[in-house]
Parts: sequence; structure tokens; C-alpha cells
Amino acid sequence: MKLELNQVSYQYKKENKKILENFSLSMGDTERVGLIAPSGYGKTTLCKLIAGYLTPDSGEILLDGRRVSSYKGYCPIQMIWQQPELAVNPRLRMREVILEGDEVEPRILEALGIEKAWMDRFPTELSGGELQRFCLARALGKRTRFLLADEISTMLDLITQSQIWNFLLKEVKQRQIGVIAVSHNQALLEKVCTRQVRLDYAIK
Amino acid sequence: MRDKNLRQRVLIGLIVGAAILLAICVGGLFCAEAAKTSDFTRKNLPPCLTYPFGTDWLGRDMLARTLRGISLSILLGIFAAAVSACIALLLGIAAATLGRTADAVITFVIDLLLGIPHILLLILISVALGKGFAGVAWGVALTHWPSLARLIRAEVMQLKESPYIQIARKLGKTNWYVARKHMLPHLLPQFLTGLVLLFPHAILHEASVTFLGFGLSSEQPAIGIILSESMKYLVTGKWWLALFPGAALVMVVVLFYAAGENVRKLTDPASVHE
Repeated sequence: MKLELNQVSYQYKKENKKILENFSLSMGDTERVGLIAPSGYGKTTLCKLIAGYLTPDSGEILLDGRRVSSYKGYCPIQMIWQQPELAVNPRLRMREVILEGDEVEPRILEALGIEKAWMDRFPTELSGGELQRFCLARALGKRTRFLLADEISTMLDLITQSQIWNFLLKEVKQRQIGVIAVSHNQALLEKVCTRQVRLDYAIK
Repeated sequence: MRDKNLRQRVLIGLIVGAAILLAICVGGLFCAEAAKTSDFTRKNLPPCLTYPFGTDWLGRDMLARTLRGISLSILLGIFAAAVSACIALLLGIAAATLGRTADAVITFVIDLLLGIPHILLLILISVALGKGFAGVAWGVALTHWPSLARLIRAEVMQLKESPYIQIARKLGKTNWYVARKHMLPHLLPQFLTGLVLLFPHAILHEASVTFLGFGLSSEQPAIGIILSESMKYLVTGKWWLALFPGAALVMVVVLFYAAGENVRKLTDPASVHE
């Protein structure tokens, strides 16, 4: 599968500055692209645009030549949010959160270090890092073709961070899932990605 | 009680409260005859062992009258609060989901109703419907929904924008799934707490409208009637005619408030740890 961004522009209505202007990108499902830019340059906005949470003011985002917004039902592009606390419903048990994903395999839960006892807990009873693993697992459902990882490992310690990225790399290579990774950690992106894109050059 | 956690204590409190209210209602049913029987050989008796709440100028047992009055009030409160809460739920959700025009209209009606004093509107509706039980019940039901409707509208609006609901949509979940799994668990506690907290309002307003003479008719032993009649006898030193029915009314209201708080605590998962 191929993900294409053609001349995408976006601006938040209240601000005068354009966050993204005529940004283009093309990637295949074997690629892992790292996005680099200082804070406030629209990395998260770009992720939300690609995943279909926002619609671009101009330009188009195509998945296999079809507009992303035209996909009904399960969206093949899944984004993992920066704050896992906001990404799960505080009144649902974790078991239900996992069930929301597209038939997430048990081996994924195991590989991410999710313990059986956590499944019966509410989100407030887990730490940010533990919640983030659930969010990862939920996004790795069957029909996922592209994964947008927006600062997914900042709240984890270094050992867990490397465990999770190692698993993720193995998983996406095996299933041919394309990855767009956002991080401030240059070393991590160099290790994980096949190429990197600088957003600040693209705009200015 | 010490070895129980907050949840269990709350549950016990709720059950005890509900049992007392139920006992009052059942007691009221059996007191229908006793509340009406007048006997001039026992008139104006102060509280004693046979008549714990005393008797009035017609020799009626004040305990029976109070029970009957309170149970009538609770019945009316349940009806009015249920209707009011349902109106609030429907209009609150409609305002949040049916687009800008619907929202503007409903918000305007809410502001309009909140701007008029409850009691005034209640009297108008009650009189228009010919007073009596139906008049008061509809009066209370139609005036008490705006604040709960506003709460539910705000809650639904906030939920619609929350990341986890946006994510659920991207995971291909239907509107029905989102409403059932994501909206309901948040709205139900608000709704139930709002519903229970409407009771005391409904009961107090029923009593005040009846007290002012625009509510239930004087043959019905409503709390408002009892209190307004006892006013005439207070100056002659018959304090028990107003004190006990008044205190009973306050007790029922406090019980309902406590129950409302308890329902809120029970439905919030974070309260498990307190």
C-alpha cells in the first residue's frame, strides 16, 4: 500500500499562521519515516491530518489512490496519541479498550508486557506507560496498514522504550505496516526509521 | 462499619435510606383512614405515648396525617422528578447532537425557564391545569428540567470531542456503539444523580405551592396543607402541629439529598480507592 500527501495545507481557524503549507510526502508500507521539527511546527497536526482526524484546507491525502476520508469503518491508518490518559475512556475496563481494536492477537498483548491482571482494571488504576501499551496494542489490529506513532515512548523508561520499539519493529516488518514516527529523540529515530523528514525545512 | 470500605458503607447508607422512604410510603397507605378520622374527645392533645405527634383541633392523629402527607409528597416527587429528568435527558442530548439551530432553540428555552422564578411558573401551570394532584405534578415536572438538561448538554458536547471517542470512530465503531459504550457510562451517573436530587426540589415545591393555596385541595392531607392550617394554631401554643410535620419533611428531603450523593459516589470508578 502507498500513502501519498499532495500539497497539503492546514491552518487552525483562530490563528493567522499556516501550520502546514504545501507539504508533500510519499511512502510505501515497508518504509518507516521519522518526522523531526521543533515544538509547535505541526508534527501532531500532520499526524491527525493523515489519520483523518482533521481534514486539510487544500491538497489531498491518498491511500492507494483513494482519499483517506473516503474509507468507511475501520481506518487502515491508525494513530497512537501522545497522551494515553486521554485516549482511553476512564469508565471502561481495559478489557473493553482492547476489544475496540480489530481482533488484536493475544501474542501482541504478551509481547507488549501487558499482564492479565491489568485487563480488569480501570484506566485510573494504571500508569501512563502501562496505558500506552494498551493504546499500542489497540492500534495494531488486523486491518492496520499504517501506524502513526506520535511521541509514543516519552513516558517510558529507557529499557521499556527499547523493548517496545524492538517489538514494534519486528511486528511492522513482518506484517508490512508503514510507520511514521514522531520524536524529539534524534538517536531513536535514526535507529528506528528508514528515512527522516524535517518539517521546519518543508515549511520555511 | 470500620472494616468496610467507602463503597460498602455508601451502599449500606443507600439501602437504609431507601428502606426508610419505602416504610413511610407503605405506612402512608395504611394510614389513609386514620388520617381522616376525627374524634372530638381527643382534640388538641400535645404529643404523648398514644399520639406521638399529638392531635389537631378536630382530634385527628397527627402521626397518621404526617405519614399520609409525606407519602403523597414522595409519590408526587417520584412522578415529577421522573418526567422532569426524562425531558432533561432528551432535550440535553438533542441540543448537543442535532446541530446549531436545535441547540440555539433549546438553550434559549432553558435560559428562559431558568430566568423565571420556579414557584411563579409552577403556580401558573398548576392553576391552568385546575390545581389538585395533576396540576401540581405537571407544574413541578415541567419546571424542573432546565438545569439538568444544561448539564447533560454540556456533558455530551464535551464527550463528542474527547480523543477516545474520536479514536473509537477511527476504529470503525458505529454511532450506536459509541453511544452505548462511551456516552452512557458518563451520562448515566449524571442522570441518576440529577434524578434523585430532583426529588427534594419537587417535594419542597409541592409543599410550598400547596401551602400558598395553589396546589392540592384541602381535603387531601398533604404536608403543605397541614403546615398552612397549623399556622392558625401556632399562636395559641399548639407547636406540635407544625413542628413534627415540618421536621418529617426536612428529614425526607435530607434523606433524598444523601441518596443522591451516594448514587454519585457509587457510579464513579475512582471512588473505589477512597
